[in-house]
Amino acid sequence: MTAVASTPAPFRTCPTTGLRVHSQADALIKANAVAATISLLIGGVAAVLVLLTRWQAIHLLPADWFYRVLTVHGMSMLIFFIIFFEMAVLYFAGPVVLNSRVPAPRLAWTGFALMAGGAILVEVMMWTGRADVLFTSYVPLRADPLYYLGIILFAVGALITTGLFFGALVIAKREHTYPGSIPLVTFGATTAAIIAVITLLHGAAIYIPTFLWSLGVMNVDPEIYRLLWWGLGHSSQQINVAAMVAVWYLLGALSIGAVVLNEKVSRTAFVLYVLFISMASAHHLLVDPGFSPAWKVWNTSYAMYLAVLASMIHGFTVPAGMEVGMRLRGFTQGLFGWLRRAPWGDPGFSALVFSVIIFGFLGGITGVTFGTEQINLIAHNTFRIPGHFHATVVAGTALAFMGVTYYVIPLIFRKQVAFWKLARIQPYLFAGGMVIFSMAMTFAGTFGVPRRSYDISSADAPFSTQFNPAVDLMIGIMGIGGLLAALGGAIYIVVTVWSVFFGPAMPAAVTVGNLKAGYGVPNGVLNPPKPLPPGEHSQRGLTRGTVVLVAVFLAAFIAYYFVNWKLLASVWKVG
Amino acid sequence: MNTGLQSPTGVWWKPAHRAETIWVRIAFAWCMVLFAMMPLWHLKGGQNPAGIRGRVTPAAFEQRAQEFIAAYKVGEENGFALVEPPPGADVYLIARMWQWEPVLRLRKDAQYTLHLSSVDVNHGFSLMPVNLNFQVVPGYDYALRITPTTAGEFSLVCNEFCGINHHAMIGRLIVLDTDAAPPATPGGTR
Repeated sequence: MTAVASTPAPFRTCPTTGLRVHSQADALIKANAVAATISLLIGGVAAVLVLLTRWQAIHLLPADWFYRVLTVHGMSMLIFFIIFFEMAVLYFAGPVVLNSRVPAPRLAWTGFALMAGGAILVEVMMWTGRADVLFTSYVPLRADPLYYLGIILFAVGALITTGLFFGALVIAKREHTYPGSIPLVTFGATTAAIIAVITLLHGAAIYIPTFLWSLGVMNVDPEIYRLLWWGLGHSSQQINVAAMVAVWYLLGALSIGAVVLNEKVSRTAFVLYVLFISMASAHHLLVDPGFSPAWKVWNTSYAMYLAVLASMIHGFTVPAGMEVGMRLRGFTQGLFGWLRRAPWGDPGFSALVFSVIIFGFLGGITGVTFGTEQINLIAHNTFRIPGHFHATVVAGTALAFMGVTYYVIPLIFRKQVAFWKLARIQPYLFAGGMVIFSMAMTFAGTFGVPRRSYDISSADAPFSTQFNPAVDLMIGIMGIGGLLAALGGAIYIVVTVWSVFFGPAMPAAVTVGNLKAGYGVPNGVLNPPKPLPPGEHSQRGLTRGTVVLVAVFLAAFIAYYFVNWKLLASVWKVG
Repeated sequence: MNTGLQSPTGVWWKPAHRAETIWVRIAFAWCMVLFAMMPLWHLKGGQNPAGIRGRVTPAAFEQRAQEFIAAYKVGEENGFALVEPPPGADVYLIARMWQWEPVLRLRKDAQYTLHLSSVDVNHGFSLMPVNLNFQVVPGYDYALRITPTTAGEFSLVCNEFCGINHHAMIGRLIVLDTDAAPPATPGGTR
């Protein structure tokens, strides 16, 4: 073997964070972020078409196009947008945060090419009507074999990228690029990566047999398909949860210098995710004929709700870390002075706050309640389910990712953020729209409105069904909320695309005067949070605002949970 | 204190602050309540998705259901058999693209064993306006001991995507009061 002199990798130093950034990490983050944005655009157009069709007063599309576009919406958003973005998060949380390099860049680009190629193949199959099977593609509904192949390629690419993240951890450790232990954000991203491996292996376990089944080579049992598919379908949303919480800690640190209250507690909570959160795949199987009550109770509760415990811990430590960070920097008035005087004009900060609140209050509470074995009887496959997961995945994860994008643009792309005034209100529009949308959808679902249905007017049916008159009103409100959120999503895409491709470069010294008119950068870049004096600080009394917030949360949780038991008790007896 | 972006150095495995510790304990206690509610409802509650679960081929299920329909048919509605089984009977409901067969007429407060299965793809059983939902999976017989506690007219909405006419898959179910006389049914056989 010839000796290869290792040329030093080209690095730059980030002027805001002081991190050493490898040029390959820069490029891979950009590529994945661009792919995520394109997926978001496709999924967003599909979202508006779906919305305007389910809005009975408008009922835009014909039936075949409705189900086609609904398939596109699910795949583009829940798989392509989210996972491309998470790959970018992994390149950031690994090589960048650890001041290290991307291992095997050629392999990294191969992974990206597989993901992009797979996504394009799947999109073509869906748009040409060869995969009208919805996101879940429940066997024996059949799509073109190339559809399943595209998903397999995408999953293999994502698995390669995830593997390289683990490689980056090893390299950084060996090359001593950071002192002490890995930062909490990287730790959280690591748990997301581990959950991603679990998820993608389930994906392989179900899509490879289904691909063979579509070729007529083997049989796939419909119930086993559901079990394994949800090992992918639900677990992929758990990558989101772990990645989102990591992004919460990241945004808190960048925007206001939020501290970590206790490394042990936050990291243990992340470990609980790894151990238990994938069991939530059972949420989809609670009223299925294939599983026993004991299996359902154990799995749906993530082994006695230990993953819920993890989320409730983060639900305390994230806001409390922000509160302590603010109080230690002098924002000490009253219970909520720290919150009132926070940089609400920083879209990274406002997105963080809305993401935490909506994920917890709307997404978390409804998810745990509907995921109760018996309560699922009055929730399964109704509008309550998409009402729940739009609060978690869209207003929680996607909004957090949007917030962090406003930092990625100046810190990674080295560009100023375009249409700054619009960017500042974007999280408000998006969060407000999603709150209206998902609450109205959940309420409509309480009356039994089915999800994934082209038409609830019984127009072509042999018998008719009547919904509560409130349903029409709810769906109208849902439509308005959805359009508001779509406007927020459109602003996000315009701002990011314009900034990245046409925005002026960041000035050497970042001050308001040095920025081009109409452009801006988040507060955390303009005025990075003052470093805290080193050493320990007493936290005594510094988290009292957060204590009030979590008490309100727990009260809302208890109320909603028991109201649902009450509702359940009023339906027919079944056992 | 460090942010989530900074590497903690030294020993960071330390006891948590008091407020944090208390919150973790409260959250854990709440999680135990959440967990306990489910077994408790199996013992004390009236709504559980347990049922009797087994495998069945689509052909075998179709045959059992047709025998059931022939035995208890009392009329027709919109071209579907109207079937009135006696209280306590095994009741069969076929889900197929894109209809529910047959139309059922049951008695309030009587218990039936309702067998659900599909002869083609996945379907969703949604009893409206009660809002009671089950997954219907081909190859599996989901037998639920069900007691209608309200009388009236109900519809069965399919709430699992099953193809292009999914939204038109609506069936019908009638519940008569315990001692009401059966209404005159056109095309009745008894």
